[in-house]
Amino acid sequence: MELTGADIFVRCLADEGVEFVFGYPGGAALHIYDALYRQDKVKHILVRHEQGAAHAADGYARATGRPGVVLVTSGPGVTNTVTGIATAYMDSIPLVIFSGQVATSLIGDDAFQEVDAVGITRPCVKHNFLVKDVRDLASTIKKAFYIASTGRPGPVLVDIPKDVTAHKCEYAYPKSVSMRSYIPVSEGDPGQIRKAVDLMLSAKRPMIYTGGGIVLGEASAALTELVRLLNYPCTNTLMGLGAYPATDPLFVGMLGMHGTYEANMAMHECDVLIGIGARFDDRVTGDLNKFCPHARIIHVDVDPASISKNVPVEVPVVGAAGPVMREMIKLIKASKQQPDQAALSAWWKQIDQWRALNCLDYDHDSKLIKPQYVLEKLYEITQGDAYITSDVGQHQMWAAQYYKFDKPRRWINSGGLGTMGFGLPAAMGVKMAFPQATVCCVTGEASIQMCIQELSTCKQYDLPIKIVNLNNRYMGMVRQWQEFFYDRRYSHSYMDALPDFVKLTEAYGHVGLKIEQPGDVEGAIKEALKLKDRLVFMDFITDQTENVYPMIAAGKGHNEMHLKPCKAVVPTDRELA
Amino acid sequence: MRHTISMLLENEAGALSRVAGLFSARGYNIESLTVAPTEDATLSRLTLVTSGSEDVIEQITKQLNKLVDVVKLVDLTEGQHIEREMLLIKIKASGAARNEVNRLVQEYQGRIIDETDATCTIELTDTSSRLDAFVKAVNHADIIEVVRSGVSGIARGEKSLRV
Repeated sequence: MELTGADIFVRCLADEGVEFVFGYPGGAALHIYDALYRQDKVKHILVRHEQGAAHAADGYARATGRPGVVLVTSGPGVTNTVTGIATAYMDSIPLVIFSGQVATSLIGDDAFQEVDAVGITRPCVKHNFLVKDVRDLASTIKKAFYIASTGRPGPVLVDIPKDVTAHKCEYAYPKSVSMRSYIPVSEGDPGQIRKAVDLMLSAKRPMIYTGGGIVLGEASAALTELVRLLNYPCTNTLMGLGAYPATDPLFVGMLGMHGTYEANMAMHECDVLIGIGARFDDRVTGDLNKFCPHARIIHVDVDPASISKNVPVEVPVVGAAGPVMREMIKLIKASKQQPDQAALSAWWKQIDQWRALNCLDYDHDSKLIKPQYVLEKLYEITQGDAYITSDVGQHQMWAAQYYKFDKPRRWINSGGLGTMGFGLPAAMGVKMAFPQATVCCVTGEASIQMCIQELSTCKQYDLPIKIVNLNNRYMGMVRQWQEFFYDRRYSHSYMDALPDFVKLTEAYGHVGLKIEQPGDVEGAIKEALKLKDRLVFMDFITDQTENVYPMIAAGKGHNEMHLKPCKAVVPTDRELA
Repeated sequence: MRHTISMLLENEAGALSRVAGLFSARGYNIESLTVAPTEDATLSRLTLVTSGSEDVIEQITKQLNKLVDVVKLVDLTEGQHIEREMLLIKIKASGAARNEVNRLVQEYQGRIIDETDATCTIELTDTSSRLDAFVKAVNHADIIEVVRSGVSGIARGEKSLRV
């Protein structure tokens, strides 16, 4: 039997096993919306702004590992998703975005709500398609999911003209897909893995540095086994938090611009650096000329273009993190050569000295609410088991520093693009995927206002997210940079005329709490969590002057951190075994 | 260093813009670029000339390989290869100047493909540097129009780039 393109579209999603589509209707997508109305397999979540749809699908993908799906109309519908698509692209998140397009006969005529969606999104997608013939629709959708979710994952956009959704053809969803021009790798080259293992085992001061690739590759168990087998220190990037349990003693915290003292010092002093599923981003490396000056570098990555892009690597291994680490584990177990225990124990002694500095310590006696305190309490009260989404800025860094993630896919933030407005819609996607889980959105009064309209979506779908708003009346990170680098000229970083967030939340039909005293923090979080069926917006009025430490300024190396003013810098012990 | 990279592309709308967009987005140079379908209608052959340090060239080839539309790629500069480019040039050539033009065309093994009393149009296919030399040899004031195809390349011997 022949089906219309619109019916084929929804059948494809159902056959692909798609649970949720995050979207917003409009003219060019109306045949598809009609087809959605006439079926009950795929659930459509109506957002309030298309950017929210992209972030929600992204949050869903990050939490579940399955591709997030977005459906929007042509023109402004699709341009509004561009920030969300770029966010997913920078963090390698599998998304499939379907955009309506004007009819094929109108393309190029500057028709109403026409935009070159394929052209606009080209630089921020893994791939994109314009479907010109209904007979290509099913196979294109299959390819889109395949490309989005394999290799180094990423967003794929499929632009579908309105007439294609009206035309009819026979429907068959392809069972498999093979593309001569796209063959993702998985296993690493055995010779390269052998070389990597030899170098790893010869290390006196090893360091294991891992990123989002571990999470994306479902390789946390393999990483944990590898690190414990070797007894080497492990650091995670912002994107990799949770990939290795943060409460484990072998974990030295996050590294990079706001990484811990011990992680950054260990990076600076290590003699063998084992990078896995991380891409040597500038926020991680600091000044490249000062990066890991003593280290021979191994880099495992599924994307060959990530290897030696920023930092030259001695032993490259192209392959997925999981299979490569499992092979490493086998080789290490079978190897006669074993790590130099004396050197390793001296190395750990040094690391423990750095750790003793307690670089994340802060003022516990303040009369004002310290943002760090809120996050510590959130961690304690949720027993480290919540899904935490965040926006971008100081609150993001504090969440990364003070909430100890022991499991992957619990920490959901825009690392690469740094998209303010990500947190709330992302939390919606997570809550959709895991309705029973505690989902908190850690945000600030500036970020939250960038997608605040999604509070309405949360009401419509009963999404009891807990919003932790660290309200310092500033764009905190901008203010911090202006304090450090612009002689305290706080140009346009002050948030005046803020809304009353409690009233605003109530207007959307949720519960709002304003917390102004440190003594009320714990009670407020507990109360919010007790209200299991309600979205609660906790507006914490925090210390405006608090800064994120440690900090590596532009042009500085890992050993040149700004520490909290009260912390003296411990001299580096270069007299290591 | 100058590199000539040749690739087989899916013959799809937009494939060329993915390649061109990659170069502008990542700040790489393109000195020339040619593209046309092959004997297999689903494939285009694209040759581009770029320059950069070894690290940059490595990144360029990796990033190109990552494009879903790129089926296969070779850096021709890594092996022995042949490069050719075609030049069409229209020059003022009346009276006595015509003799000089004829002499140059003969020397460079070009062909006069169109003539009027006042002008003559020449076709010349050779390496880019030989075309440069020809253009230089023509009196600059006499040049009306220069059209160059960009470089096409192919490996020497039995090596080939095919699916």
